[in-house]
Formats: sequence, C-alpha cells, structure tokens
Amino acid sequence: MTPLLDVRDITKRYGARIGCKDVGFALWPGEVMGIVGESGSGKSTLLGCLAGHLPPDTGEVLFDTRDGGPRDTLKMSEAERRMLARTDWAFVHQNARDGLRMGVSAGGNVGERLMAVGARNYGDIRARAEDWLDRVEITEDRMDDRPGAFSGGMQQRLQIARNLVTGPRLVFMDEPTGGLDVSVQARLLDLLRGLVRQMGLSAVIVTHDLAVVRLLADRLMVMKDGHVVEQGLTDQVLDDPQHGYTQLLVSSVLQV
Amino acid sequence: MTDYNFAYLDEQTKRMIRRAILKGLAIPGYQVPFASREMPMPYGWGTGGVQLSAATLTPDDRLKVIDQGADDTTNAVSIRKFFEKTARVATTEHTPDASVIQTRHRIPEAPLSEDQILIYQVPIPEPLRFLEPSEVETRKMHELSEYGLMHVKLYEDIARHGHIATSYAYPVQVEGRYVMDPSPIPKFDNPKLSDCAAIQLFGAGREQRIYALPPHTKVVSLDFEDHPFDPSKADAPCALCGDTSSYLDEVITDDAGTRMYVCSDTDHCQTRREAGHSKETAA
Repeated sequence: MTPLLDVRDITKRYGARIGCKDVGFALWPGEVMGIVGESGSGKSTLLGCLAGHLPPDTGEVLFDTRDGGPRDTLKMSEAERRMLARTDWAFVHQNARDGLRMGVSAGGNVGERLMAVGARNYGDIRARAEDWLDRVEITEDRMDDRPGAFSGGMQQRLQIARNLVTGPRLVFMDEPTGGLDVSVQARLLDLLRGLVRQMGLSAVIVTHDLAVVRLLADRLMVMKDGHVVEQGLTDQVLDDPQHGYTQLLVSSVLQV
Repeated sequence: MTDYNFAYLDEQTKRMIRRAILKGLAIPGYQVPFASREMPMPYGWGTGGVQLSAATLTPDDRLKVIDQGADDTTNAVSIRKFFEKTARVATTEHTPDASVIQTRHRIPEAPLSEDQILIYQVPIPEPLRFLEPSEVETRKMHELSEYGLMHVKLYEDIARHGHIATSYAYPVQVEGRYVMDPSPIPKFDNPKLSDCAAIQLFGAGREQRIYALPPHTKVVSLDFEDHPFDPSKADAPCALCGDTSSYLDEVITDDAGTRMYVCSDTDHCQTRREAGHSKETAA
C-alpha cells in the first residue's frame, strides 16, 4: 500500500526567516492528519506548500495519482496541478469568502467545479448541486441565493459542498471552524466527521483548536517556530504530551 | 490635409498595429496586447476599431462604417468623415461594395466575401472580466484553457431567468481553443462569426487589445446540452421592408406603447425597399 500523500523535507523560508523547516510525513488513504500550533508556527505555510499555493524551497510532495501512481506535485506542470486541485483535491479556507464566488448563487458555486471538469448538462449539474447542498444541510429554497445572504456557518458549509462535489480524495482544511460560534462549530464538526468517514476522505487539517483535532484527526503533528516538535496518534499526543510546548498547549485549553 | 500622414496614424504606429493583427490572425481568438494610441475621439467611441481601420486602409479601399447596424448615426457618420478627411478614401453605405467595414455592435445582413475586412469596435475584450476580477488569473485561465467559469455565468442565467438571458456579447469558443468576447453584437449575429469568408478584426482601444478571426474559422457559441444556443430576434417582420429574417430594432413611436420593428441594418433595408419589397409584399 502506498501513502496517498508522502511529504518529504519541506522547507520554506521567507528571506532569513523560517516558514517551516524539514517537515515530512506520510498520509494514508482514509486518514485525517491534524496540524496544530500557535499563530506563526508555520502551519499555514506548510499547508500552502502541500496544496501548491506556495512553492517550497526544498522538498517533495508525492501524491498517489489515479492513473500515474505517486508523482511529485511540485514537478508537475501547472496545468496538471490545477487539474488535480479541482478534481482529486479540495481546499477549505478559513474564511469562506476566500473560497466562494460571492457574486454567484449557491447552486452555481457548487456547480463550478463540475463545469470546470467538463459537465455541460444544466439539469445534471443542478441535480448534483442540489444533492450536495442537501448533504450540508442547506435547503433547496436557498439554492439560488448568493452566499452574501448566508450566515457564516452556512457559508462555510457551502464552501465544503463546493469542494466535495467532484468527489476529491484529499482535502486540505485551513482552520475550517475559525470565526464560528461554538454551537455552529459543533454542527460543522459533526458534518465534517460524517462526510470524512462516509466518503473515506483523507484530510490535512490545520487548526489551533485542539477540540477540532480531537474530534476529527487520527494523527497529530505539533509545530512550533516552523519545526515539528511532536507527532503521534491524536489521543496519545493530547493525553500524554511529551514535548514541553505540547504540554503548554494542552494545559492552555480553557476548561468550562 | 498634408499635415496628417495617410489615415492619421504615423507609419511606425501602423506597422506596430499590423504586427499585432498578424499575431492575432495566427492565434485566432487570442488577445494580443498593443500600444494603443490616443485618438481624436473619446474612449468608448471606437478608438480600437479606428486604429485597426487606419492600419488596414490603403488608398484604393472603400470604407463603410456601421453603428448599431445603421450608416447614418453619429458614430458612423463621424468615423466615416474622419477617414474621408485623413485618408481621402472612397466611402460607401452599400455592404457588397465596401472593402473595409468598421462596425459597432452588428454584423451586416449581407454575406461577406473573401476580399472584405470586418473591423469590430470592442469595449471589453476579456470575456471573463466580470467573473474573475484578477487579470493575472484570467490570462492564466486562457493559457490553460480553463473555461468552466464561463459556463457558471450561463448557469446563473438559467437559474435566475429560466433560459440563457445573455442576449449580446454572447461568449464564443474559437476553433475549440480560446473563449472570446465577440464584442456587444446581438447573439443573433453569433452564427455569422463562424465560417465567415471575410477577415474579422477586433480592436479595444482603452484596453489595448487586438484579436482576430481569419477567414472560415470555426466559432461556437457556448451553451448547455439541455439549453442549446438560440440566436433569437424579435418575432415580427420589418415594418419598412417586410423582411422576416433580419435583426430588428424596436422603435417606440408614441407614449401609449405603440411600437414598430425595423431592420437594424439600414443598408439591408434600403436595398430591399429599392428592389420593391415592403410590408405589404411580405409573405
């Protein structure tokens, strides 16, 4: 069995400063990997490098493509990488507005990826968009509304539907629950957990919220100052933190 | 008028524009940047088209200028006069007699021939402009032929109006490659773009872009399988010449809602009336 995503020695510098340094891990099919750390620890830089938004200085990102086996996405042509980004990959932004087209209706937002890969039958596109909106609990009567008319939680769910409609195998999530209130967060997490399990998705989730990784992630990676300081099974890392920084992180969570 | 070079622009500028035209013809539908000049008219009045005309005109040419189908409206009259003055070329209102036709928002009803050049005035050359705000990104999309977004616009039309409501500047794909804005011609004219015998040149002065269709280029209007492209027009005969197949303008004749439909192509209408057609002779 080959890992779905094999990351080797990713280093990204911003001039003299380090974005992230010598990060490597393997993500297996159906596995959810959490990356935690405080602001500025290099989590988002790492995610950007993995998803092809930022060119890393060194390293390899091997993705197990459907027809060609493991290939280094950093060495792919831009056309191939962008094709991958709208078929087998998905990227959920922290701010739903970054991932949605605000001037296009909810149905159009979901349908865009289908049309981008060549769907040209309006009825089919609409039916599939409707199905996906239903799965993320957006009712049919809101289908032709623009995302601007949606609440924050709905926008985030719409973004998820828009990303998952082409049946990707790998989802990158950057703080998917950031900026939402706790009850909306809980519903979103519930939804995400259901979708991940049901579709057998692999995911890389970047967050500073330990509760999110506790619920969603199988494995956990803790980052500080661009370095990975600890990694292991989620429950293991959170219940028995070894590194001083992880201990600080775990003990900083407010108890209600 | 010896103070002006032939056709207003200096020879070096015309050479620069001709190079852009040749490149455009070599890559049908691709928007070629060019160093657009200030023309003695405001942007939006056809500065791109005028520069193309200036670069293509020769002293032997016969020029026709169309504004929304008509030969006798402000834009057409002033551009025609401009070239009468600066190039001293012969002009005509009769489509088959013209060798260079500059047009704003229409394609003539009369079929064009191999020895003609049709020049369009283009306000916004980028078909993806209002869908994707970044020009860097739209260029990338053209480069990689990523045109799914164009269908999102058509999807939105159907979701909102029940049919594709885009009625002018209807996006087309050229030879299965570049998606192109055909300038704000009515979609009724879109089928005439394809397999046209004449050279078609598109000039956007403010946006500094030239693109072109060589003769007999395949041009397809985008659509959905279950919502095919429909080149619609007003369902009436022309009130003057009785033609049922030409594109019609709706003219409001009083404040009680009375209206008449007349051919938008004035030359076409005139020719038919001279041949004895009228509303009464229409079948």
